[in-house]
Amino acid sequence: MNFEQIRDILKTKKVGVAGCGGLGSNCAVALARVGLGTLVIADFDVVEKSNLNRQYYFYDQIGRPKTACLKENIARINPEVIVETHQTTLTGENIRFIFRDCDILVEAFDRSDMKEVILKAFTVSFPEKHLVMGIGMAGWGKNNLIQQNQYDKLIICGDQLTEIGENRPPLAPRVGVVANMQANAVIELLLGEMDDLML
Amino acid sequence: MILNLNNREEFFDSDTLNISELMLIKKFSYPKIIVKVNDRFVEKEDFHSTYIKDGDKVIILHLLAGG
Repeated sequence: MNFEQIRDILKTKKVGVAGCGGLGSNCAVALARVGLGTLVIADFDVVEKSNLNRQYYFYDQIGRPKTACLKENIARINPEVIVETHQTTLTGENIRFIFRDCDILVEAFDRSDMKEVILKAFTVSFPEKHLVMGIGMAGWGKNNLIQQNQYDKLIICGDQLTEIGENRPPLAPRVGVVANMQANAVIELLLGEMDDLML
Repeated sequence: MILNLNNREEFFDSDTLNISELMLIKKFSYPKIIVKVNDRFVEKEDFHSTYIKDGDKVIILHLLAGG
Protein backbone atom coordinates (compact mmCIF):
# COMPACT_ATOMS: atom_id res chain seq x y z
CA MET A 1 0.00 0.00 0.00
CA ASN A 2 1.50 3.38 -0.93
CA PHE A 3 0.96 6.51 1.12
CA GLU A 4 -1.84 7.81 -1.09
CA GLN A 5 -3.80 4.60 -0.64
CA ILE A 6 -3.13 4.69 3.09
CA ARG A 7 -4.24 8.27 3.29
CA ASP A 8 -7.43 7.53 1.38
CA ILE A 9 -8.40 4.87 3.89
CA LEU A 10 -7.39 6.81 7.01
CA LYS A 11 -9.22 9.97 6.08
CA THR A 12 -12.54 8.15 6.33
CA LYS A 13 -11.84 7.04 9.89
CA LYS A 14 -12.59 8.55 13.29
CA VAL A 15 -10.54 7.82 16.41
CA GLY A 16 -11.09 8.96 19.99
CA VAL A 17 -8.27 9.90 22.35
CA ALA A 18 -9.30 10.00 26.01
CA GLY A 19 -6.80 12.22 27.78
CA CYS A 20 -4.45 14.76 26.19
CA GLY A 21 -1.41 14.31 28.40
CA GLY A 22 1.80 12.44 27.72
CA LEU A 23 0.21 9.57 25.86
CA GLY A 24 -2.79 11.35 24.36
CA SER A 25 -1.06 14.40 22.90
CA ASN A 26 1.73 12.38 21.32
CA CYS A 27 -0.61 9.70 20.01
CA ALA A 28 -3.00 12.28 18.55
CA VAL A 29 -0.15 14.05 16.75
CA ALA A 30 1.14 10.80 15.23
CA LEU A 31 -2.35 9.96 13.98
CA ALA A 32 -2.78 13.46 12.58
CA ARG A 33 0.52 13.27 10.71
CA VAL A 34 -0.55 10.17 8.81
CA GLY A 35 -3.83 11.79 7.88
CA LEU A 36 -6.52 10.34 10.10
CA GLY A 37 -9.89 11.85 9.13
CA THR A 38 -11.26 12.85 12.52
CA LEU A 39 -9.90 12.92 16.04
CA VAL A 40 -12.15 13.24 19.08
CA ILE A 41 -10.03 14.48 21.97
CA ALA A 42 -11.02 15.02 25.58
CA ASP A 43 -9.27 16.42 28.64
CA PHE A 44 -10.36 18.84 31.39
CA ASP A 45 -6.89 20.16 32.12
CA VAL A 46 -4.67 23.11 31.14
CA VAL A 47 -1.06 23.03 29.97
CA GLU A 48 1.49 23.38 32.79
CA LYS A 49 5.22 23.99 32.57
CA SER A 50 5.94 20.59 34.12
CA ASN A 51 4.03 18.90 31.29
CA LEU A 52 6.53 20.04 28.67
CA ASN A 53 9.05 17.29 29.42
CA ARG A 54 6.77 14.86 27.59
CA GLN A 55 3.53 16.34 26.34
CA TYR A 56 3.06 17.73 22.85
CA TYR A 57 2.64 21.39 23.85
CA PHE A 58 4.76 24.53 23.62
CA TYR A 59 6.06 27.04 26.15
CA ASP A 60 3.72 29.76 24.95
CA GLN A 61 0.69 27.52 25.56
CA ILE A 62 1.19 27.30 29.32
CA GLY A 63 -2.05 28.08 31.17
CA ARG A 64 -4.37 27.29 28.26
CA PRO A 65 -6.71 24.29 27.92
CA LYS A 66 -5.02 21.20 26.50
CA THR A 67 -7.81 20.36 24.07
CA ALA A 68 -7.65 23.81 22.44
CA CYS A 69 -3.85 23.76 22.30
CA LEU A 70 -3.65 20.26 20.88
CA LYS A 71 -6.21 21.18 18.24
CA GLU A 72 -4.05 24.16 17.25
CA ASN A 73 -0.89 22.07 17.15
CA ILE A 74 -2.57 19.51 14.95
CA ALA A 75 -3.90 22.21 12.63
CA ARG A 76 -0.34 23.45 12.14
CA ILE A 77 0.81 19.94 11.26
CA ASN A 78 -2.10 18.74 9.14
CA PRO A 79 -4.95 21.19 8.65
CA GLU A 80 -7.12 18.56 6.96
CA VAL A 81 -7.65 16.60 10.17
CA ILE A 82 -10.97 17.39 11.84
CA VAL A 83 -10.51 17.71 15.59
CA GLU A 84 -13.54 17.56 17.88
CA THR A 85 -12.65 18.83 21.34
CA HIS A 86 -14.26 18.14 24.71
CA GLN A 87 -12.83 20.15 27.55
CA THR A 88 -14.47 18.14 30.26
CA THR A 89 -13.87 15.59 33.01
CA LEU A 90 -14.65 12.20 31.57
CA THR A 91 -17.05 9.89 33.39
CA GLY A 92 -18.57 6.49 32.67
CA GLU A 93 -21.67 8.22 31.30
CA ASN A 94 -20.20 10.87 29.04
CA ILE A 95 -17.53 8.50 27.68
CA ARG A 96 -20.29 6.48 26.06
CA PHE A 97 -21.68 9.61 24.46
CA ILE A 98 -18.51 11.47 23.47
CA PHE A 99 -16.83 8.55 21.75
CA ARG A 100 -19.91 6.80 20.38
CA ASP A 101 -19.05 7.36 16.71
CA CYS A 102 -15.38 6.52 16.98
CA ASP A 103 -14.05 3.46 15.19
CA ILE A 104 -11.44 2.95 17.90
CA LEU A 105 -10.69 4.54 21.27
CA VAL A 106 -7.24 5.29 22.65
CA GLU A 107 -7.03 5.38 26.45
CA ALA A 108 -4.52 7.99 27.58
CA PHE A 109 -5.27 8.70 31.24
CA ASP A 110 -2.73 9.02 34.02
CA ARG A 111 -4.89 7.89 36.93
CA SER A 112 -5.55 4.21 37.62
CA ASP A 113 -9.15 4.77 38.61
CA MET A 114 -9.88 6.57 35.34
CA LYS A 115 -8.26 3.76 33.37
CA GLU A 116 -10.72 1.41 35.03
CA VAL A 117 -13.68 3.69 34.31
CA ILE A 118 -12.88 3.91 30.65
CA LEU A 119 -12.07 0.22 30.27
CA LYS A 120 -15.40 -0.80 31.72
CA ALA A 121 -17.56 1.94 30.16
CA PHE A 122 -16.18 1.57 26.66
CA THR A 123 -15.85 -2.19 26.41
CA VAL A 124 -19.30 -2.80 27.89
CA SER A 125 -21.04 -0.18 25.72
CA PHE A 126 -19.12 -0.97 22.54
CA PRO A 127 -18.01 -4.62 22.77
CA GLU A 128 -17.38 -4.73 19.02
CA LYS A 129 -14.85 -1.86 19.09
CA HIS A 130 -11.18 -1.89 19.97
CA LEU A 131 -9.73 -0.05 22.96
CA VAL A 132 -6.01 0.72 22.90
CA MET A 133 -4.68 1.33 26.41
CA GLY A 134 -1.31 2.55 27.60
CA ILE A 135 -0.04 0.86 30.77
CA GLY A 136 3.50 1.17 32.11
CA MET A 137 5.74 3.82 30.60
CA ALA A 138 7.54 5.37 33.55
CA GLY A 139 11.18 6.38 33.76
CA TRP A 140 13.86 5.86 31.15
CA GLY A 141 15.64 3.16 29.17
CA LYS A 142 14.44 -0.44 29.24
CA ASN A 143 13.12 -0.27 25.71
CA ASN A 144 12.99 -4.03 25.48
CA LEU A 145 10.32 -4.24 28.17
CA ILE A 146 7.85 -2.21 26.16
CA GLN A 147 5.47 -4.38 24.21
CA GLN A 148 1.99 -4.80 22.86
CA ASN A 149 -0.41 -7.39 24.23
CA GLN A 150 -3.88 -8.13 22.97
CA TYR A 151 -6.85 -9.63 24.79
CA ASP A 152 -9.73 -9.90 22.30
CA LYS A 153 -10.58 -6.28 21.48
CA LEU A 154 -8.37 -4.82 24.22
CA ILE A 155 -4.86 -3.85 23.16
CA ILE A 156 -2.33 -2.78 25.78
CA CYS A 157 0.88 -0.93 24.91
CA GLY A 158 3.53 -0.45 27.56
CA ASP A 159 5.68 -2.51 29.86
CA GLN A 160 2.77 -3.24 32.23
CA LEU A 161 5.33 -3.06 35.05
CA THR A 162 6.43 0.48 35.82
CA GLU A 163 4.24 2.98 37.58
CA ILE A 164 4.82 6.72 37.51
CA GLY A 165 6.37 7.95 40.76
CA GLU A 166 8.66 10.52 42.36
CA ASN A 167 11.78 8.59 41.37
CA ARG A 168 10.29 7.27 38.16
CA PRO A 169 8.84 10.30 36.42
CA PRO A 170 7.28 10.12 32.98
CA LEU A 171 9.75 11.37 30.37
CA ALA A 172 9.40 12.21 26.68
CA PRO A 173 11.38 9.33 25.20
CA ARG A 174 9.72 6.41 26.98
CA VAL A 175 6.24 7.96 27.06
CA GLY A 176 6.65 8.80 23.39
CA VAL A 177 7.51 5.20 22.57
CA VAL A 178 4.28 3.96 24.15
CA ALA A 179 2.17 6.78 22.67
CA ASN A 180 3.49 6.04 19.20
CA MET A 181 2.99 2.36 19.75
CA GLN A 182 -0.66 3.10 20.49
CA ALA A 183 -0.93 5.13 17.28
CA ASN A 184 0.80 2.33 15.40
CA ALA A 185 -1.67 -0.20 16.80
CA VAL A 186 -4.56 2.04 15.72
CA ILE A 187 -3.21 2.30 12.19
CA GLU A 188 -2.79 -1.45 11.99
CA LEU A 189 -6.42 -1.93 13.00
CA LEU A 190 -7.56 0.57 10.37
CA LEU A 191 -5.35 -0.59 7.50
CA GLY A 192 -5.15 -4.27 8.26
CA GLU A 193 -1.88 -6.06 8.87
CA MET A 194 1.10 -5.00 6.82
CA ASP A 195 1.97 -7.84 4.48
CA ASP A 196 4.99 -8.67 2.49
CA LEU A 197 7.73 -8.44 5.09
CA MET A 198 10.69 -9.04 2.85
CA LEU A 199 13.65 -10.11 4.92
CA MET B 1 -7.55 -27.64 35.68
CA ILE B 2 -6.18 -25.71 32.74
CA LEU B 3 -6.94 -22.03 32.44
CA ASN B 4 -6.27 -19.55 29.69
CA LEU B 5 -4.75 -16.84 31.86
CA ASN B 6 -3.71 -13.68 30.04
CA ASN B 7 -3.42 -15.56 26.75
CA ARG B 8 -1.34 -18.38 28.24
CA GLU B 9 -2.46 -21.92 28.96
CA GLU B 10 -1.67 -22.61 32.60
CA PHE B 11 -2.11 -25.70 34.71
CA PHE B 12 -3.40 -25.67 38.28
CA ASP B 13 -3.55 -28.60 40.69
CA SER B 14 -7.05 -27.84 42.00
CA ASP B 15 -10.29 -28.51 40.13
CA THR B 16 -11.50 -25.08 41.06
CA LEU B 17 -10.21 -21.90 42.63
CA ASN B 18 -11.76 -18.58 43.54
CA ILE B 19 -10.26 -15.39 42.15
CA SER B 20 -8.57 -14.49 45.46
CA GLU B 21 -6.83 -17.86 45.58
CA LEU B 22 -5.76 -17.54 41.95
CA MET B 23 -4.30 -14.12 42.61
CA LEU B 24 -2.38 -15.41 45.60
CA ILE B 25 -0.90 -18.29 43.61
CA LYS B 26 0.07 -16.06 40.69
CA LYS B 27 1.21 -13.22 42.97
CA PHE B 28 -1.07 -10.55 41.54
CA SER B 29 -1.11 -7.92 44.26
CA TYR B 30 -1.39 -4.45 42.78
CA PRO B 31 -4.38 -2.57 44.24
CA LYS B 32 -5.81 -1.32 40.98
CA ILE B 33 -6.60 -4.60 39.35
CA ILE B 34 -9.07 -5.68 36.69
CA VAL B 35 -10.37 -9.21 36.43
CA LYS B 36 -12.38 -10.71 33.62
CA VAL B 37 -13.65 -14.27 33.56
CA ASN B 38 -15.01 -15.46 30.22
CA ASP B 39 -15.46 -11.87 29.06
CA ARG B 40 -17.30 -10.65 32.16
CA PHE B 41 -15.78 -8.21 34.63
CA VAL B 42 -15.58 -9.46 38.21
CA GLU B 43 -15.70 -6.81 40.93
CA LYS B 44 -13.31 -6.86 43.88
CA GLU B 45 -16.04 -7.70 46.38
CA ASP B 46 -16.82 -10.85 44.39
CA PHE B 47 -13.26 -12.21 44.22
CA HIS B 48 -13.83 -14.58 47.12
CA SER B 49 -17.09 -15.92 45.80
CA THR B 50 -16.28 -16.23 42.09
CA TYR B 51 -14.94 -19.62 41.17
CA ILE B 52 -13.15 -20.58 37.99
CA LYS B 53 -13.01 -23.99 36.43
CA ASP B 54 -11.24 -25.94 33.73
CA GLY B 55 -11.32 -24.19 30.37
CA ASP B 56 -12.15 -20.73 31.66
CA LYS B 57 -10.57 -17.70 30.08
CA VAL B 58 -9.23 -15.30 32.69
CA ILE B 59 -7.69 -11.89 32.24
CA ILE B 60 -5.99 -10.14 35.15
CA LEU B 61 -4.54 -6.71 34.55
CA HIS B 62 -2.74 -4.18 36.72
CA LEU B 63 -3.93 -0.71 35.79
CA LEU B 64 -0.71 1.09 36.67
CA ALA B 65 -0.91 4.84 36.96
CA GLY B 66 0.74 6.85 34.25
CA GLY B 67 -0.09 8.32 30.87
